Amino acid sequence: MPANRFNGFTEYGVGIGLRIPHFHHILTRKPTVDWFEIISENFMIDGGRPLRTLDQILEQYRVVQHGVSMYFGSAERPNREHLRRLKDLVKRTKTPWLSDHLCWGSVDGRYTHDLLPMPYTFEAARITAQKIREVRDYLEIPLVVENVSSYAEFHASEMSEWEFLNEVVEGADCGILLDVNNIYVSSQNHSFNPMEYVNSVPAHRVAQIHIAGHSKYRKYILDTHDHPVIDPVWTLYARAIERVGHTATLLEWDDRIPSFDEVHNEALKANKYLASASLATAV
Amino acid sequence: MKLLNLQRKMARAVMMPLTPAENMRRYAPNGRPMRAVAAEFIKPNDRLTSFERLEIYNKQYWYRVLASISDDFPGLCAVLGDQRFEAMAKAYINDCPSRSFTLRNQCARLESWMQRHPKWAGTRQKLALDMVRLEWADIEAFDGKAEPPLRTEDVAGANPATLRLKLQPYIRLLDLRYPVDDLALEMRAPVDSEVASNAFYERKKRKRVQAVARLKPSRIYLIVHRMDYSVYFRRLEREEFVILTALRDGKTLKRAVDTAFRNSSIPAADQPARIEKWFRGWAAMGWFFRPERSSAKS
Repeated sequence: MPANRFNGFTEYGVGIGLRIPHFHHILTRKPTVDWFEIISENFMIDGGRPLRTLDQILEQYRVVQHGVSMYFGSAERPNREHLRRLKDLVKRTKTPWLSDHLCWGSVDGRYTHDLLPMPYTFEAARITAQKIREVRDYLEIPLVVENVSSYAEFHASEMSEWEFLNEVVEGADCGILLDVNNIYVSSQNHSFNPMEYVNSVPAHRVAQIHIAGHSKYRKYILDTHDHPVIDPVWTLYARAIERVGHTATLLEWDDRIPSFDEVHNEALKANKYLASASLATAV
Repeated sequence: MKLLNLQRKMARAVMMPLTPAENMRRYAPNGRPMRAVAAEFIKPNDRLTSFERLEIYNKQYWYRVLASISDDFPGLCAVLGDQRFEAMAKAYINDCPSRSFTLRNQCARLESWMQRHPKWAGTRQKLALDMVRLEWADIEAFDGKAEPPLRTEDVAGANPATLRLKLQPYIRLLDLRYPVDDLALEMRAPVDSEVASNAFYERKKRKRVQAVARLKPSRIYLIVHRMDYSVYFRRLEREEFVILTALRDGKTLKRAVDTAFRNSSIPAADQPARIEKWFRGWAAMGWFFRPERSSAKS
């Protein structure tokens, strides 16, 4: 642990999301960063500057792909054009694993471009697992699914979110990108104990962890990725690491993006917890 | 409720236009109260009703897609004005929701939609359409495919009567009725957000409006191309434009040149030198790409 078949038996440390405001800094200063996560859709294009920049990054750094629109939970079949372009990018980046969200966002060919929550039903779990298998078979790469932040729950749900996650990953035999910030956000929005969620995740399937900040409103919390990580989220992260072991960890910061150093330093706080995990393993 | 039915129901609600105050509408298009619609499939909690929880997604959807259009079409916004642009964008998205996995493609149908719905641009319809075409071309040129550029030896000895040259896939050729490239360049002028004050932004906005007001009809031929990964607009002479368009459309070099100089005001004696100059410039820009060896000299 945590090098497992779901992350291609890699042992990545702490990474950050590759974002446009940092391109110049990264390419000119070449800071030491263990790995970068890219949003796949930003590079599923035919040419131009984005791909040129990606190639320059790939010359120096390890990159992992993270998608936002595969919509494993959508009832419709995968979009073939999407899959073709995604596979081209996988070949380019040689990403050891590929993640996307346990959500839906399109129906009848219309895209909301949002990460919409799943009804936690056995039917939805079966459809989602089947789709993950189909995508994995096409891409020929380990897939991991990320739990999303949500602001609504469905009457139709037949189980808790973590039970649904387990049902899907067992059915698909895939990995998990455990987003502890999303667990925290949803726990506040839906009044559940986030630690119960973290304790219920099948540790052997966790391939990667996300940490991030969020925005608190009067009646709910939004997953905005525009703040530092708060202490309760670090607490969940510590517990996750305690259960899972030293795991590839990534800080997401997508809005009101501060300097590269500020983002990287926030991410590197994870090393404190990872070091403890390494120590525990050694002992 | 089956997964597909639930997703259809929720998507209809999420993609339903907001009220002018940017809240979820009280009634669905079929007249049913949205409170009842939301309560059918979404649980309330101790702080939010079903309606309010669904409304979060409804708002997020519109904020996201409208922000994307605003980012991609600042010139069109300047032409229409902020309020009319926003109203137009909402109407477009409502009629033409995204059918692509990427928001980059959201406005692929905007030009044809605007042609069918001239009311949004009113008396500025032609100007607005030119701006949409330019800004969409800008998007396509930015991340379009590039092939290895043509080398002199690739076409050495080729017969112009049968030679077909191919334009780089990222290149767009535009026949425009307004010099919208000037306005687009004005829109692109960098702003140092750290030092810019509100007064600065207001001045910039006024300048944009004044620039639009100054635009008079003036036919221009434009190539939207790419060099060192940056997109550029370059005005062409009419004959240049005709040659490049004909080549893009698969005509032979001889046919393209013949078409360009039919009824041309350029004296016949000057035409060979002009053609040579143009081709030298086009080749230097890498605008043609290398054909299959077997077809280059066909």
